[in-house]
Amino acid sequence: MYAFEYHKPSSVQDAVAALSDKEDPKIVAGGMTLLPTMKQRLASPSDLIDLGGLPELVGIREEGNSLVIGAMTTHAEVARNETVQARIPALAKLAGGIGDPQVRHRGTIGGSVANADPAADYPAALLGLGAAVITNQREIAADDFFVDLFETALEPSELITAVRFPIPQRAGYSKFPNPASRYAIVGVFVAQTDGGVRVAVTGAKGSVFRVTEMEQALASNFSPESVANIRVPADDMNSDIHASSEYRAHLVTVMAKRAVAAAEG
Amino acid sequence: MAETGIGASVRRKEDPRFLTGRGRYVDDINRPGQLHAYFLRSPVAHARLTSIDTSAAEQAPGVVAVFTGQDMAADNVGSLPCGWVVTDRHGEPHKAPPHYPLARDKVRYVGDHIAMVVAETRAQARDAVDLIDVDYEELPAIVDVRDAMTGSLVHDEAPSNLCFDWELGDQAAVNEAMGQAAHVVELDLVNNRLIPNAMEPRAAIGDYDPGTEAYTVYSTSQNPHLLRLILCAFVLNLPETKVRVIAPDVGGGFGSKIFAYAEETCCTWAAKKVGRPVKWTAGRDEAFVSDAHGRDHFTNVKLALDQEGKFLALKVDTTANLGAYLSSFSTCVPTYLYATLLAGQYATPAIYANVKGVFTTTAPVDAYRGAGRPEATYLIERIVEVAARKLGMDPAELRRKNFIQPDQFPYQTPVALTYDTGNYEPSLDLALQMIDYQGFAARRAESERRGKLRGIGFSAYIEACGIAPSAVVGALGAGVGLWESAQVRFNATGTVSVMTGAHSHGQGHETTFAQLVSEKLGIPYENVEVVHGDTGAIPMGMGTYGSRSLAVGGSAIVRACDKIVEKGRKIAAHLLEASVDDVEFKEGKFTVVGTDRSKTMAEVAFTAYVPHNYPEGVEPGLDETAFYDPLNFTYPAGVHIAEVEVDPDTGITTIMDWVAVDDFGRVLNPMIVEGQVHGGIAQGVGQALLENCVYDKESGQLITGSYMDYTMPRADDLPPFRVGMTTTECTHNPLGVKGCGEAGAIAAPPALINAITDAIGTEIDMPATPEKVWRVCQAQFVQAAE
Ligand SMILES: Cc1cc2nc3c(=O)[nH]c(=O)nc-3n(C[C@H](O)[C@H](O)[C@H](O)COP(=O)(O)OP(=O)(O)OC[C@H]3O[C@@H](n4cnc5c(N)ncnc54)[C@H](O)[C@@H]3O)c2cc1C
Repeated sequence: MYAFEYHKPSSVQDAVAALSDKEDPKIVAGGMTLLPTMKQRLASPSDLIDLGGLPELVGIREEGNSLVIGAMTTHAEVARNETVQARIPALAKLAGGIGDPQVRHRGTIGGSVANADPAADYPAALLGLGAAVITNQREIAADDFFVDLFETALEPSELITAVRFPIPQRAGYSKFPNPASRYAIVGVFVAQTDGGVRVAVTGAKGSVFRVTEMEQALASNFSPESVANIRVPADDMNSDIHASSEYRAHLVTVMAKRAVAAAEG
Repeated sequence: MAETGIGASVRRKEDPRFLTGRGRYVDDINRPGQLHAYFLRSPVAHARLTSIDTSAAEQAPGVVAVFTGQDMAADNVGSLPCGWVVTDRHGEPHKAPPHYPLARDKVRYVGDHIAMVVAETRAQARDAVDLIDVDYEELPAIVDVRDAMTGSLVHDEAPSNLCFDWELGDQAAVNEAMGQAAHVVELDLVNNRLIPNAMEPRAAIGDYDPGTEAYTVYSTSQNPHLLRLILCAFVLNLPETKVRVIAPDVGGGFGSKIFAYAEETCCTWAAKKVGRPVKWTAGRDEAFVSDAHGRDHFTNVKLALDQEGKFLALKVDTTANLGAYLSSFSTCVPTYLYATLLAGQYATPAIYANVKGVFTTTAPVDAYRGAGRPEATYLIERIVEVAARKLGMDPAELRRKNFIQPDQFPYQTPVALTYDTGNYEPSLDLALQMIDYQGFAARRAESERRGKLRGIGFSAYIEACGIAPSAVVGALGAGVGLWESAQVRFNATGTVSVMTGAHSHGQGHETTFAQLVSEKLGIPYENVEVVHGDTGAIPMGMGTYGSRSLAVGGSAIVRACDKIVEKGRKIAAHLLEASVDDVEFKEGKFTVVGTDRSKTMAEVAFTAYVPHNYPEGVEPGLDETAFYDPLNFTYPAGVHIAEVEVDPDTGITTIMDWVAVDDFGRVLNPMIVEGQVHGGIAQGVGQALLENCVYDKESGQLITGSYMDYTMPRADDLPPFRVGMTTTECTHNPLGVKGCGEAGAIAAPPALINAITDAIGTEIDMPATPEKVWRVCQAQFVQAAE
C-alpha cells in the first residue's frame, strides 16, 4: 500500500466536495474490494473519502411499491432484514450468499454496485428487478448503469446514495459460485415484475446482461421448462481456469432453470 | 487406563494458548533495534540477469542496505544444499546445480530471489524494492513436466533438464510377466501440483550479537537443528556453537517448513552485515510463489493380472517435476519415498518403476503431507479400480484377493521395504460394514431417480512412517541420520521437563508426549512440560515430518524414561536398604518386591537433587537423554471408502459419505488421532476436487497465486467423516505405534476419484472440477444419443 490522505466527511455534500477537490480521490465504503487492491499496489489513490460517517446512507425502507436500500447498507443487513425477506426474498438470499461473514459485514451494496465486478452478485439483482441507482445527482436505470467490466455510468465525482428496487411478484436467484473465490461464475436473477419478466445474468460476460429470449418464454409460461432448452451463445463469454466460455454458456441455462424454480418457491 | 494416560482422549494442553491468541509465533517476536527485509522477486519465469542497479533503492527513505547475489558471493555464501543424493540408473549421482539464496546469473521461476532490501520498516523496504532496476534477458518458460525434457535449459549442468533417471525393481521380471499375463490394464495419470498453504506464512529473524559473535535465528521451522546444520555446515560456514535456532509456535507446515529457504539464510547473513536484527515475514502472496510446492507427477502405469484377477506385475513410468532448484529433500520424495511404496497392500510379485526427475521454471517442489506416498497410493488404487472394471470384478473383492496375508509378515516387497506387520482384511470388512456396501445399489437407484449419478470409491492405502533407520537411508543417499532424541529431566520438586527433538506445529506433542511420560513415570500429567523447537534448549534432534514424531521421538522418550527408572531403582534401593534387584517400579512407586516398603518417584527425584543420603558411585541428579534410531519404517494402512453424487447438469460432485478405517498401531490419544485423520482427508479432498497449482504455459506466471484462484477446501466442501480403527501393533518400536499424520492425505484422493469415475463411468484426472466432470457427462450424453 502507498501513502494516502484519509478523510471522513460528515455530509454527502462534503464527500462530493472532497471528490471534486482532490487529485486522485477514491471513495471507500466497506473497503472489501478497494483495500486489497491498494495493498497489492494495483490502486494508489491520493485520498480516501470514507463514507462511514454518513448514517443517512445506511438503512432499508419501503417506499410505495419499492425498497430503497442505502448505499452504505451491508450485505449482512440486506440478508437479515425482515422487510427484504418479506418483499424480495431472492434479494435477501443473494446478499446472504456473497463472500463470507466478514465480507458481508463490511461490504456494502453501494460499493458492490459502483465497483461493477463482472462476477459480483448484486448487478444481477439490479438488472433483474429493473432497479434504479440513486446518486447525489440523479437516478440511473440499471439498464443504463452497468456499462462494461468495472465500468459504470457514474461520473468521477458522483456518489451512489441508494438503490431503489421495485418489488416484484416473484423472483429467484441461482448462483454457480467460483469454487475458489465464491464470486459468481454464473448467477442468474429471474423476476416477474409489473413491467414484465426480466432475466439478468452476471459472471458470464464482461458485464451483467439480460436474456430476452428467456424473458419472452417465461412471459408466456413461467416455469423452469420454458428456459430449459434456451441456449445462449458462448462466443463473448468469459473464460478462465475455472470455467470455459462454453461451460459458462451452459450454466446460464441451468442456473436460469433453477432461478425460475426458486421463484416458484 | 488413567484419565490422562496412554489411550485417553485428553484435550490438548496447547489449545487454550492458541485459541485465545496467546500463541507466540515468529512474527510475534520483535528484537530490539530490529530492521525489516523485503525481497525483490523475479517477475519473470526465466531470464538472464544482465544488470541490477540498486542505487536508487539505497537512497530511499529508511533503507539501511540492499544486497544482491554478488554481495553474497563476495562473502563466500554457499548454495542451499539438497540433503539426499539419488544415484541414477547409470550409477551417476543426480545433477545438483547450485541454488544460491540470491540469484547470481539467472532467475529460474516467478518469485525467485534477486535482491534483499533491509530498512527501518517493512513498508520502506517494500517501497525501495520497487526502485531496483533490473535488466532481464528473457528465456522461454517451461512449466509442464511433459515439456521439460525438450524445453530450454534451466541449468547448464543438467542436459535435457534431467536431474536423474532413476529406477527401482526388476524390469526384466516385470516385462516377462506383462508379456504372459491374461490381462494388462494401463492408465495415464496426473498427480496435480499443490501449494501447501500452511495457516502461518513463513517468517524469520536473524539476530547477531557481536559480543559473543553468536547468531540467534527465529524461524518457522519443523526441524530447527536441521536448519542450523544446513546454515552452518553448508551455506554460511559458521560453527554450530555460534548459531541457535528457535522455532517457537509454528502454525502448520505440512512439509513446507522442513526445508532451508533463501529468506532465513539471507536474514541470518544480513544481521551481521548491518549489525542489527533483520526480520522477514512472508505475505500470503509470497507464500504462494515461494513455499516449496508438492506432488506434480505425470505417470503411466500398467498392471498385469492373471485370469482370476491375481496381480502379476506393476510397471510405473513417472516424470516428476522438481521445480527450478533442488529443495532440501526434493530428490528423495519422488524416488525413495514413492517407488518403495508401490506394492501397496498387495502381494504383487514383480514391480518396476522408472522415475525421471526434471527441472522446470517453477517453484521448487518438495515434501508435502505424505511426500511420495500419496503419489504411490494414488496410482495403485486407480489402476486397481480400472482392473476391477475391466475384469468385471467387485473392486472390494479384487483388493481382498490380492492383499498380503497375515501369515506373510514380515513381508518383503519387491521394492526394498519389509513390512513388519499388518492385517488388511479386517479394515476392509469394517469399512464395508460402516458404509453399508450392501445398500449401495439401492442408494444409487434412489439418486438416479433424482437425476443424480452416484458412485462409490475405494482406497486401500499403505504408508511408510517413522522415517527412518539411519543406516538404511544412509545407504540410499541421505545426508543425515534420522534418529530422534529426548531428554527427560526431573526437577527437584518432582515435575518433569521433556526436551524433544521432534517439533510440534499442529500435532499436539505437548499433550501426547506428556501423556506418555506421565504414564511411564507414574507422575501426574500436569507435572510434565514438553520443550521443543529451540536448539539452545533441547538435545540435537531431527524434527517432525513423515509422521515420525511418536514412532521415533516417542521411542526416544520411552528410552530416556527407562534410564530414569533404572537410576531411580538404585536410589530407591539405597533409601529402602534393599538390593537393587529386589526393587521394582510400578505406577510411580519403587517397591521392595513382596513388601509394602516403597518410595515414590517424587521422593527419589528429590533425593537425587538433595543427595544427603545417597548410594555410593551414583551421580546426583535425575536427568537422562536417549537417542533412538528406528529399526525399520512403520506401516500404517487402512481402507477409505467415499460415496459421491454427481450432478450431471453442472458437474458438481457432492460427497455423500466417507468412512476411514485405519490401523495406526497403538494409539496414545484417540481424539488427536481422529483430528489428524480429518485434517488429512480434508487435504486429500482438496487435492482430488479443488486444489490445483497452475502456471501459464507461455509466460510461466503463477495463475493460481491467491485464494481468488487457488481453491482451498472449506468446511462446507466436506462431509462428516466416520472413522473406525483396527490394530496391529508395530513390532519393532517400544510403543507399538505407527504414525497417523499423513494417512488421510494419502488415502483420500484415490477414494474420491474412484467414486467419481464409478459415478460417471470414465477416467478423470485430479482435480475433478465441475467443468471437467460436466464435459465427461456431456460426451457420454452425446455418445448415448448417437
Ligand atoms: C473474500 C471476498 C469475497 C467476496 N465474494 C463476493 C461474492 O461472492 N459476490 C460479490 O458480489 N462480491 C463479493 N465480494 C466483494 C464484496 O461484495 C465487496 O464488498 C464489494 O464488491 C465492494 O463493496 P465495499 O463496500 O467493500 O466497497 P469498497 O471496496 O470500499 O469500494 C469498492 C469501489 O466502489 C467505490 N464506491 C464505494 N462506495 C461507493 C459509493 N457509495 N458511490 C460511489 N462509489 C463507491 C469505491 O471507490 C471503490 O472503487 C467479495 C469480496 C471479498 C474480499
